Amino acid sequence: MPVPTPFHSRTSECCTSLLYKDWAGYYAVRSYDTYPEREYFAIRHAAGLIDVTPLFKCEVYGAGAAAFLSQIMVRNIAKLKVGQVAYCCWCDGRGKVIDDGTVARIDDTYFRVTSNWPSVAWLSRFSRGVEVTIEDSTHNIGALAIQGPYSREVAKIVSDIDVGELGFFWTTPSRIDGVDVHISRTGYTGDLGYEIWVDKKYAVKVWDAVMSAGKGYGLLPAGLDAMDITRIEAGYLLNGVDYYNANHCIIESRKSTPYELGFGWMVKLKRGSFVGRDALVVEKSRGPQRLLVGLHIDWDEHAALFAEHGLPPEIASAAWRTSIPVYGESGEQIGYANSGTWSPILKKNLALATVKAPFGKEGSKLRFEVTVEYERRTVTATVVKKPFFDPERKRA
Amino acid sequence: MPKTYDAIIVGGGHNGLVCAAYLAKAGKKVLVLEKQHVLGGAASTDEPFPGFKFSLYSYVVSLFRPHIIRELDLPSHGLEIIPLECSFLPLPDGDSLCRWADPNLTRREIARFSQKDAEVYPEFGMAMMKMAYFVKRIIDAPAPDPLSNSPAELINLLRLGRYLSSFGPDVMYQQFKMLTMSAVDFLDEWFESDILKAPMSVSGIIGTFLGVRSPGTAYVLLHHYMGEIDGAFRAWGFAKGGTGGVSLACGSAARAFGAEIRTKAKVEKFIIKNGSCDGVVLENGEEIHAQSVFSCLDPHRTFFKMAGEEHFDDDFIRQLKRYKLRGSSGKVNLAVDRFPDFSCRPGDGAHVRGDIAIAPSIDYLERAYDEAKYGDFSRRPYINVVIPSLVDPSVAPPGKHVVSCFVQYAPYDIKEGPEHWPERKEAFGDAVVDTLAEYCPTLKDSILYRQIHTPWDMERDIGLTEGNIFQGELSLEQLLFLRPAVGWSRYRTPLKNLWVCGSAAHPGGGLMGSPGELAAKTYLGSLKGPQ
Repeated sequence: MPVPTPFHSRTSECCTSLLYKDWAGYYAVRSYDTYPEREYFAIRHAAGLIDVTPLFKCEVYGAGAAAFLSQIMVRNIAKLKVGQVAYCCWCDGRGKVIDDGTVARIDDTYFRVTSNWPSVAWLSRFSRGVEVTIEDSTHNIGALAIQGPYSREVAKIVSDIDVGELGFFWTTPSRIDGVDVHISRTGYTGDLGYEIWVDKKYAVKVWDAVMSAGKGYGLLPAGLDAMDITRIEAGYLLNGVDYYNANHCIIESRKSTPYELGFGWMVKLKRGSFVGRDALVVEKSRGPQRLLVGLHIDWDEHAALFAEHGLPPEIASAAWRTSIPVYGESGEQIGYANSGTWSPILKKNLALATVKAPFGKEGSKLRFEVTVEYERRTVTATVVKKPFFDPERKRA
Repeated sequence: MPKTYDAIIVGGGHNGLVCAAYLAKAGKKVLVLEKQHVLGGAASTDEPFPGFKFSLYSYVVSLFRPHIIRELDLPSHGLEIIPLECSFLPLPDGDSLCRWADPNLTRREIARFSQKDAEVYPEFGMAMMKMAYFVKRIIDAPAPDPLSNSPAELINLLRLGRYLSSFGPDVMYQQFKMLTMSAVDFLDEWFESDILKAPMSVSGIIGTFLGVRSPGTAYVLLHHYMGEIDGAFRAWGFAKGGTGGVSLACGSAARAFGAEIRTKAKVEKFIIKNGSCDGVVLENGEEIHAQSVFSCLDPHRTFFKMAGEEHFDDDFIRQLKRYKLRGSSGKVNLAVDRFPDFSCRPGDGAHVRGDIAIAPSIDYLERAYDEAKYGDFSRRPYINVVIPSLVDPSVAPPGKHVVSCFVQYAPYDIKEGPEHWPERKEAFGDAVVDTLAEYCPTLKDSILYRQIHTPWDMERDIGLTEGNIFQGELSLEQLLFLRPAVGWSRYRTPLKNLWVCGSAAHPGGGLMGSPGELAAKTYLGSLKGPQ
């Protein structure tokens, strides 16, 4: 049975819909209202406050921590400056992705790793003879994401430091209402945003301070359904939905390499050995066999299929996570989409799909399955660049 | 004189800009001329009081055609629409009715007044949606012309007839009733509760000089169900940054396609030589020439002021003189220093994040109309209130709000004569604030700034003759092939090279973008060969 997060006493007051889901063993609000719309628009136009406590967190510290993490991550963590955060993935010895997350260098010898799955056991495999301590901190730290165009204004009010100075993917210690926290300029919405990391004992105090600061800026508590729409617009993958942890796969074909997932930019092969490097050298020279791409699904064709039945176009009211076949122009299946959403801000129908590499070029025209009045039909889907939505304010 | 432009568009309202964008997209050299310092005309945002952005006139977006949004890729030009969450009706006795996006919540709300109405409500929505789906086909194409004998027209009519009959007899009966009945009579066929019918019936009178019991008002109800802001049939919304955001996005798209846009460029007159409109003269005397001129202005301005009656035959002029403009609504925009708390449902919440109707009963609305009939503004008017700053913090400083009030009735022709509006203006503003303050007691003390637009102001400031927000009433005798005049519903005018592309053309006003789009497409089609 799921357990409450440290913010539960506050989130449950607001969650009039009683719509929760189990996120990594925690009760997580799916949507505070019956529909996630209001929360979605708060994130995109004002600010949303999301309880992201269930994200797995792991503290890695000790004299050898930097070199140790560099050995495991595909990026060179030792190069991170204190206060810098890196988004990266890590692989098994065959170059298949285990998970993706952030690594924050809190001080010279102290790092915090976030992940979709617990990562202590995996990291510990490589710790023999290294001066490093690895501890799960998921249950001790409450995490809140303030996301949206006005998140900076809200963060400025609550924090004792000048949040305006905090760069994209940097973190800093701060105090909120007398409580020690870390604030990082990170998030999972593709918008301007901050995440606050706080000892669970003071979690409620921080929630209250943030909610009160957000009053003038339209801040609303937002649930996972709203966040899911935003993360797809941002082109962010979800481990367990868009790809699978290599350690959880029964069959090889389910595993993915960073190059297949579009994580190739993170992989620094020239810096010497790290877990999976040799396999990744081979994979890079061979080229990935499939690609995780963004699709624009043609709306006029979609509407026309429904019009054949005299129906207005129907579409899921929230993001979906079912596997939908994707075909080439000649009708053979060349891949599948595992998540997608109607984007209210872009007014486009989007999907994240895995396709055979030759079909993954930008501009490729594919066929996407749509069920119309109990019939399986297809419409054109075009491969486009990710992120779908990338506002300047995210990095500014 | 060399022809400098392929097309000049007179008026930088949303329709003019949509028209410009389509023409420029097709490779035409286009110039848009707008007299104001901001684009948008009736769909513009301005900051008359520091820190507060007002949607000066038009305040919600519902009908803007989704295919225009896609074809011009308006989201990439900054168009963002935030949906309204609720329709809230505060009542004088301290009760209230909320119609939410959640159908079960709405059913329970309505059931407090009538269990039967609560159950019928979604069925009504479904029936209206079917009819809206039918009307959509008429709105998204030039109006069919039943008077023409040309084979193409007859085939078009036949297709439309077949399409209509595919909806089955029930929808057809409803459709015919809708065209002739009053909003209240039509609603009476479905519902029993006055408290539900009153706020629903007002959609039938917006922008018309008619009452909710006047025949012909049922048709306009349908417009409420045409909202397609997300491509799927959907509710109403706010444009981010104010309604001007729609116009700015259209302008940005037009510029990206190569159109030139000039603001503070007031057109004085069209240049007409040998029965052809060859360009325009600006207020400062500058002459600009073009192959064609598109007027986004209302018929009075286009044909009487800009062109001149002498260029048209008697019949055409007679028709236009009878064309009903007679503005009936005003707008009051308030900057307030605190959250406007409604005493019947205190506190912030989803109920105030939508549209708020001061329309407590059908008799109330009818009495408001009575005063207008005899040349006065309503002392207790119908007010449609929205508070966009609750969902869009960009329009007001933190903790402060913008309260937008659409007010009906404010007839152009007050009994003292329209030129006396300036003297009545503040009294009109007081009537609105007093009425609203009965439901929202803290309102009066919280007002930092008040902006009042009477029909007289709208005529003078944005060139809407008689302050009609739709450039001509949306009543049946002025719609379809009759808009703006019989035989001239296809964006051409009797004057060679002069086209119309504003709300006075089919399918009419209401922030749709359709007249601009259809004018551009008809013009581009005409270049390919005879129609």
